[in-house]
Amino acid sequence: MSSVAHRRPLALRIALSGFLIAWLILAAFPFLWTLWGSFKVEGDFFSRADWRNAVFGTLTLAETGAPFTAQGYWGAWVKEAFWRAALNSAIVVVCVVCISLTFGTLGGYALSRSPYRYAFWLLLVALVFRAMPPVTLVSGYLLPFFEWNLWGHLPTAIIVLVAINQPFTLWMLTSFFRNIPKDLDESAMVDGCSRFQAFRHVIIPVMWPGVITTGLFSFLLAYNDFAVTAMLLSKENQTMVPKIASFLGTTQTAGNVMFAVASVVSVTAPLFVLVMFFQRQIVSGLTAGAVKG
Amino acid sequence: MKHRTFFWFFLPTATAMLLFIAFPIVSVAIQSVYAPHEQVIVEVENCTPFGCTRSSAIDQEATRALREAQPLGRFVGLEIYLNRGHLAVKELGELWRAAPDLGSFLSRALNLPFYGALAFTLTYTALVTPLSILLGFVIALAVNALPRALRGPTIFFSLLPMIVTPLIGGLILFWMVDSRGVLGAFIQYLAGDPTLSVKASTPLMWTMLTVYGIWSSAPFAFVVYYAGLQTVPQDTLESAMIDGATRWHRIRYVLLPHLMPLTTFMALIKLMDNFRVFEPIISFQAAAHAQSLSYFIYQDLGGETRLLSSAAATSVLTILGIVVLLSPVLVRTWRNFGKA
Repeated sequence: MSSVAHRRPLALRIALSGFLIAWLILAAFPFLWTLWGSFKVEGDFFSRADWRNAVFGTLTLAETGAPFTAQGYWGAWVKEAFWRAALNSAIVVVCVVCISLTFGTLGGYALSRSPYRYAFWLLLVALVFRAMPPVTLVSGYLLPFFEWNLWGHLPTAIIVLVAINQPFTLWMLTSFFRNIPKDLDESAMVDGCSRFQAFRHVIIPVMWPGVITTGLFSFLLAYNDFAVTAMLLSKENQTMVPKIASFLGTTQTAGNVMFAVASVVSVTAPLFVLVMFFQRQIVSGLTAGAVKG
Repeated sequence: MKHRTFFWFFLPTATAMLLFIAFPIVSVAIQSVYAPHEQVIVEVENCTPFGCTRSSAIDQEATRALREAQPLGRFVGLEIYLNRGHLAVKELGELWRAAPDLGSFLSRALNLPFYGALAFTLTYTALVTPLSILLGFVIALAVNALPRALRGPTIFFSLLPMIVTPLIGGLILFWMVDSRGVLGAFIQYLAGDPTLSVKASTPLMWTMLTVYGIWSSAPFAFVVYYAGLQTVPQDTLESAMIDGATRWHRIRYVLLPHLMPLTTFMALIKLMDNFRVFEPIISFQAAAHAQSLSYFIYQDLGGETRLLSSAAATSVLTILGIVVLLSPVLVRTWRNFGKA
């Protein structure tokens, strides 16, 4: 792209950069604004009178004596026991990622090595399952779960999330395993390994890049889920996202919107770190299915 | 791989999907043709010296016993599908007869809850899918023109709207456009109307939800196109230039055909995702102005009385909608597979 022929005219370059800057502001500004505002009092965060209040924290200074305050965080994490929701989220996310990767690698490996037609049909069925909105499935769970007393517990939500996660995991891992040459495990089997031994000793050591990428997306699905966790967990087992939604209902009257703002920032922070460290894997994961068609 | 080995490898994932995806679909279908039991009414005769009066009372004991014996409820066939909350056949017929012309019939039909939700879901899907793909394409072109050192940070910030939890992304935008928020105040200033509020206006709310949809799904299109742009054959581009193709010609006749398969793939994924739009409606507290099918189900399920049957009927209708949406892909795959 460095040759003279490829160089763009100045006007086009200015237009492209201007557009890109506009997009970056659009993409990043809301997050920075909320992060900044989460350390203010409500009157500043929603500064109807003058937007500069939100930047300089005039009311925060007047109310608390300092331009920044951690009241929102204190209220959310300590008073409203957001730490419990964070703990529940951590349990759910870790379990969902581990279980769905275990199931997914086994199934994806089998699909990638099967020459028969049913492998293709299974993938197609998985695609249809992938299209089901989780909330339609939830309405199918509720009655049986009530009847069998399964409703409200963390393990129930975990296994449901694992299942909802499976179609996507299968697609991704199958396309990943297809890129590992068949000769590798077949030569191991010629040497006397069983299929499972070949998988255990030959495939597992080389599969980690694909598994990590898929794991990232399982993590995002479990961490971001609202429909399943909101409907299937009882109040004391709530994870972070439904907990925030419940803040919205109760806090408008108490004037504690700042609890919700603080917890929104707390939930977003790990995602920031995740994107920072795993940007390459996320990009390659998003494109893996697409570019290969 | 032998069938036997395949079976054992595939068993865990198949069990999970059967139990928690296939089975609920069946369970939803069954639930949707049953309605909750009505309360058992008993006639009680109260006799006083001045005569006897008969009154009816609810037999709590018998009602509970009946509900425990048959938790599904009583069989009602397609009644739930046809009632006012869903397909509203009777109401539609009345509207049709009463309405002077097609326009007023449609606007009244959209006031029925199910059709309102369907209309919003379809509008949202039809607007957000193409617009977000287009925006993503332009961003990809722009990022591709950047010097290499700047690309990493640009991609980082561009990914954020997609990675963040949908409910939270919606909330962050909602707080800004709230009439007390910074963007809301700015919109009021622009419109010169200090009472303007997104929460109070249906067209504004629909616009905001669409803007949120584009904002949150453009990054996906961007990333996919950006990766696609790295694989464009440089020889073809150069020979097109030698043949005198302008910049626009190169985009139109070289880049776009090369990226076409990506576009179909993305359109498919985005159609599926946009059709189940749900979280933004909660974060924008938009239920008064815009409901989607998913939100409709959620509303039935939540609250004090869980309207399982009503939610189940909507779920079945939603699933049918998805099957219709996916059918072109399924038919095409079927044909291709037949050929191969």
